[in-house]
Amino acid sequence: MTSSTRNRVGRNRVGTPPAVRVWERSLLLHGRVWKSSLLGSFLQPLLYLAGMGLGVGALVDATTGSPELLGGVSYLAFIAPALLVAAAMMVCAQDSLWPMLDGFIWSEAYKGMAATPLTPGQVSDGIALWHATRAVVTAGGFAIVLVLFDDTRTWGLLAAVPVGVATGLAFALPITAWAATRDGDRSFPAILRFGIIPTFLFAGVFFPIEQLPAAIQPIAMVTPLWHGVELARGAVLGTLSAPAASLHSAVLVAYVFAGAVLCRRAFGRRLGS
Amino acid sequence: MAAAPLITARGLVKRFGDFAAVAGIDVEVESGESFGFLGPNGAGKSSTMRMIGCVSPPTSGELRIFGLDPVTDGREIRARLGVVPQQDQLDAELTVEENLVVYGRYFDIPRAECRRRAAELLDFVQLTDRAGSKVDPLSGGMKRRVTIARSLINEPSLLLLDEPTTGLDPQARHVLWDRLYRLKQRGVTLVLTTHYMDEAEQLCDRLVVMDGGRIVAEGSPRSLIQQHSTREVLELRYAPGTNEERAHAIADIGDRQEVLPDRVLVYTHDGEAALHEVHERDAAPISSLVRRSSLEDVFLRLTGRTLVD
Ligand SMILES: Nc1ncnc2c1ncn2[C@@H]1O[C@H](COP(=O)(O)OP(=O)(O)OP(=O)(O)O)[C@@H](O)[C@H]1O
Ligand SMILES: [Mg+2]
Repeated sequence: MTSSTRNRVGRNRVGTPPAVRVWERSLLLHGRVWKSSLLGSFLQPLLYLAGMGLGVGALVDATTGSPELLGGVSYLAFIAPALLVAAAMMVCAQDSLWPMLDGFIWSEAYKGMAATPLTPGQVSDGIALWHATRAVVTAGGFAIVLVLFDDTRTWGLLAAVPVGVATGLAFALPITAWAATRDGDRSFPAILRFGIIPTFLFAGVFFPIEQLPAAIQPIAMVTPLWHGVELARGAVLGTLSAPAASLHSAVLVAYVFAGAVLCRRAFGRRLGS
Repeated sequence: MAAAPLITARGLVKRFGDFAAVAGIDVEVESGESFGFLGPNGAGKSSTMRMIGCVSPPTSGELRIFGLDPVTDGREIRARLGVVPQQDQLDAELTVEENLVVYGRYFDIPRAECRRRAAELLDFVQLTDRAGSKVDPLSGGMKRRVTIARSLINEPSLLLLDEPTTGLDPQARHVLWDRLYRLKQRGVTLVLTTHYMDEAEQLCDRLVVMDGGRIVAEGSPRSLIQQHSTREVLELRYAPGTNEERAHAIADIGDRQEVLPDRVLVYTHDGEAALHEVHERDAAPISSLVRRSSLEDVFLRLTGRTLVD
């Protein structure tokens, strides 16, 4: 039977990379909801920008002293690139919790993959590729919306998208690695409530972290979100210095790299012991 | 020259911490045969199957599949195996066909070829008419058949089935047995686990009885029954709570007795004659049954416990 397999499949065929074959399943599953999901990628930014950028922005921009604090730009322009990055974080964090546990304990799809020639590391890479895809769609959708506004229509948006993807992965990979060690979802709501939401609120998206108490600032500074926000905002508003850009990029890359290593290890333990 | 065995295990051990789920087993499976692991819950069947399936490295001992070492050649072995795990692992939201195609892609089989094989396999498991429907609403027996079809997508020569029919109704079980029997006729080597003695008797040329991580007996179903049991069994039911007392009164009838909570089993070569004697002792039961010995009796004899409780 195996020889007939080889004949029919063809000996010289160039195969598809393993991670892509894992990714195909996520794509197919997601395909059931892609329309609503794509709509969400545009609607959510529009709502946030309308509410926070234009609504709250009108108040902020009228307050004396705030233009200096925000670097001389409108509040909309200040938060828009940051919201782009934060949206990628949100989507990636959610995708890294329940859907991962499904693969390990409910549908056991990842266990099914491990019974094929795929290795746990390749399964992990395929999942990472999927997180990246979700981040691209989220950040990309946000960037397209930002083109509609005069204050944010800059070439820097092109750089903000990969920054959003890197930030998304900087959250997705460590959280996925954590989820891969869990036998239930009891800790998941707490991760969102006490990890992701406070990060969203205090890591520089809505106001400069200099406004935070001095003791809290370092906490904001270690989150990947702050680095992503600084990069994206700097790129879109054209205020980024080369050293700052290198530093923030290096931190994000380190998070993504470490996350990928942790993920591979967690998948290896879970699927191969 | 005899062909090398498809599976060889010597002193195979799987530990989880201090606990030995598989405590040193020796097994050989020849190409084309149908081999079973029979044992109760927790006997170590799945742990053994996962080692053979190269998803769980042995703690110690030697294991060869297709003559290859699972630790170093796991990918190559898995590429040639079909696996039906204890839990179906299907994507409930995808269609039956999509489940097969997605799985085929894990083997790097081109999409068009996956679809061609899926159609063929769904025909084989008699689910062609459900190809386009989601997996979620299918019955347990149908899902099991989807899983079997899926496990064949890479055209394996060795198929591992972990409790293929547990939880299915009798009719669904017979449909599955029929399909598995056809696979065996096509030359596919079947290795399965079960805690149903009738399944082992139906499907297995040879089997090992496992208990507590060890092999307690090995042979064909028929030879195991011959070795470890009598030809017939007389089952007696008495009023609740009186089994011990009644059994004592008829202790010398038959070769051997087992007193279970709900019945007394008398092992004998002639069940009717034994029943006649029981009546003569004034130990008439509420009901009685004479039947042939089964692997259930072998298991009871070897371990002192019933297989399914
Ligand atoms: N990953 C694990 N960690 C710790 N203990 C385990 C693990 N997997 C199995 N065990 C234990 O090993 C023993 C054997 O389990 P196994 O699943 O191999 O039994 P089984 O014969 O397949 O039983 P069943 O009929 O219930 O499927 C059980 O006591 C089980 O609790
Ligand atoms: Mg089991």
